[in-house]
Amino acid sequence: MIAENIVHFARVLRNAGMPIGPDRVLAAMNAVEQVGLDRRDDVHAALSAVMLDRHEQQPLFDAAFDAFWRDPKLLEQMMLLLLPKISGRGDKAMAPRANRLADALAAPRPPQAPNKANETAKEEIQFDTAFTFSDRERLQRADFETMTTAEFEQAKRLAAEVPLPVEPVRRRRHQVAQNHERGVHLDLRATMLRMARQPQTLAPAYTRPRTEVPTLVVLLDISGSMDRYARLLLHYVHGLTRRYLKVHTLTFGTRLTNITRSLRHRDPDVALQQADALVQDWKGGTRIASCLDEFNRQWARRLLGSNAALLLVTDGLDRDEHGDLGRAAAQLRRHAHRIVWLNPLLRFDGFEPRAAGVRALLPHVDRFLPVHNLASLADLRRALREPAADAASRTSPH
Amino acid sequence: MTADATPAGACAAAALDLPNSVDAVVALLASENYVCDRRLATALFLSLKLQRPLFLEGEPGVGKTELAKTVARALETLLLRVQCYEGLDIAQTAYEWNVSRQMIEIRLAEAAHGLSDDAARERLGKSLYARSMLIERPLLQALTQVRSPVLLIDELDRADEPFDAFLLEVLAENQLTIPEFGTIKASAPPITIITSNRTREIHDALKRRCLYHWVDFPSVESELEIVRLKAPGAPERLSIQVVEFVQRMRTLDLFKAPGVAETIDWTNALVALNAIRLDPATVHDTLGVLLKYQDDIVRLQSGDTVKLLDELRARALLQ
Repeated sequence: MIAENIVHFARVLRNAGMPIGPDRVLAAMNAVEQVGLDRRDDVHAALSAVMLDRHEQQPLFDAAFDAFWRDPKLLEQMMLLLLPKISGRGDKAMAPRANRLADALAAPRPPQAPNKANETAKEEIQFDTAFTFSDRERLQRADFETMTTAEFEQAKRLAAEVPLPVEPVRRRRHQVAQNHERGVHLDLRATMLRMARQPQTLAPAYTRPRTEVPTLVVLLDISGSMDRYARLLLHYVHGLTRRYLKVHTLTFGTRLTNITRSLRHRDPDVALQQADALVQDWKGGTRIASCLDEFNRQWARRLLGSNAALLLVTDGLDRDEHGDLGRAAAQLRRHAHRIVWLNPLLRFDGFEPRAAGVRALLPHVDRFLPVHNLASLADLRRALREPAADAASRTSPH
Repeated sequence: MTADATPAGACAAAALDLPNSVDAVVALLASENYVCDRRLATALFLSLKLQRPLFLEGEPGVGKTELAKTVARALETLLLRVQCYEGLDIAQTAYEWNVSRQMIEIRLAEAAHGLSDDAARERLGKSLYARSMLIERPLLQALTQVRSPVLLIDELDRADEPFDAFLLEVLAENQLTIPEFGTIKASAPPITIITSNRTREIHDALKRRCLYHWVDFPSVESELEIVRLKAPGAPERLSIQVVEFVQRMRTLDLFKAPGVAETIDWTNALVALNAIRLDPATVHDTLGVLLKYQDDIVRLQSGDTVKLLDELRARALLQ
């Protein structure tokens, strides 16, 4: 009886999005057997010790536990009510493919005559559309269009090519090295193994400190002024996340949202759709100072350990009247190993730090990348390949 | 890495005397002056019963490491500790081949009968990688004890990801595979306690093999009990004021809320200064014991201290 209930309970939690495999169900049965059913709080503690693996899951677990062990039927009814939503999520995963599917089904179009004047005119019109209509059409949702096949191929290629904004760092862990490299250490254990095989010869083995790409935390501004670049930048970050495991992404506008897990999805369209569903403040105002402050408190110590680099993508136009951007940025500087600021500027030809937000941020970044008219991933690649323009070259103790 | 030895005679007895109910765990820890809530006791009880590692996460200074030490003391067994840092590798945590002895072995073999024939080489190879050539580090030591030791892997978040992966075999199977030697399996499985301050997320694969418990700040009653036990020199009234003040302070939006360890330190500091009650001047002078970020200290000094003390006074605690 209790076993059945635990299986049922586990299924409820799984539906709610917690990763509970059969191994945990077995462990849960064991655990409940051990503590007995005399005390409700013991059962609660036992099940949560077995079934949870991060602190954030606790409130959800508590709610489910309360509801379930009071009246399993009630919870079932609640879950039934939730069911359409759950299948809705599945539908959403299917939807983005539509555009590419339509593309695949459509007959190939005859190639257009290579008329240069025509093309530029057409481009301008498209450009206009992006400017005038985007703000009116969309409300709180970013509502990314799905990509056509050609776009998809190009985006995939570019996302794989655009370099990282940070340099690899040297780690304290060692890896096998050739003996002619500089800074090598003698690896006694491996040398010994070689000698055991070939006692007549001494062939020393070496190691050297490993260099690797540091953990990269991306803070992405998705407020109204940055709206033009949101899709492009998300594609870039998605490409990075797919290539390197250690990329964490948070978006900020009026609030801070961690979208790392949705960007791990292989398909860029699905990843962007999921990210879109998570973020509530597309195209709102910007409260950079408050968001950076929240990041410092909630995330910095968890994400910026072990020499992580921070990529800050914002235009620095802060509408936050209460926050102290300079202080938040200084604090951020003390947490991150390197801060790279990518600023997609549209207005100026030569960059001048006029806005107060820009002036407050600039002293605290290691590398400043102003990108004029960031229209494609190709632009971004060009900007990142340029030699580092150090805004505040500092002698870091790291 | 240290191996805190308990009385040597205690290690002779084979099996540990494990508590057989949650209440027994609470009582056992209480006998060693460790105040713990029932949830933590349940998690620990399960970890002992199901022989699964206990993964403790929480803010610094809430008694995660202390729990491991207390368990070792209470069960009268050896505590083996791995203090984690970046770049930690097998040679420092699990085992290392005694290379200088191996060199001598080769030299001796050469001197004695040469290494001309294959049989002699075979013999040499075997003797080079014998068990006696292994230097045991805490992880391997934890597997080779007659009596189950407590294995404390402290601040795992400070080590890098490759180390997590290396731990998987030890944690899940209680065994260690040494390529040159073979697999060493624990005769008496260790009681493993892992702590993390969450400066990075530990991989799910590792957490899955453990029982998870988030160690929260204690309630007023528990914290008062802890202060009474750990700072016995403090007057009762002062202890109450300190605990109420710190508890109230944690609800402020501070960058780093003070842990229980800080509460104890602060109480001891106040006792050393001969304070008998909290007043703004004393609090300001000793804030550095409680708060470790300048921003937080400035914030408290510029008004919040007075506000908190007024609150205490309003509740008739400050006399």
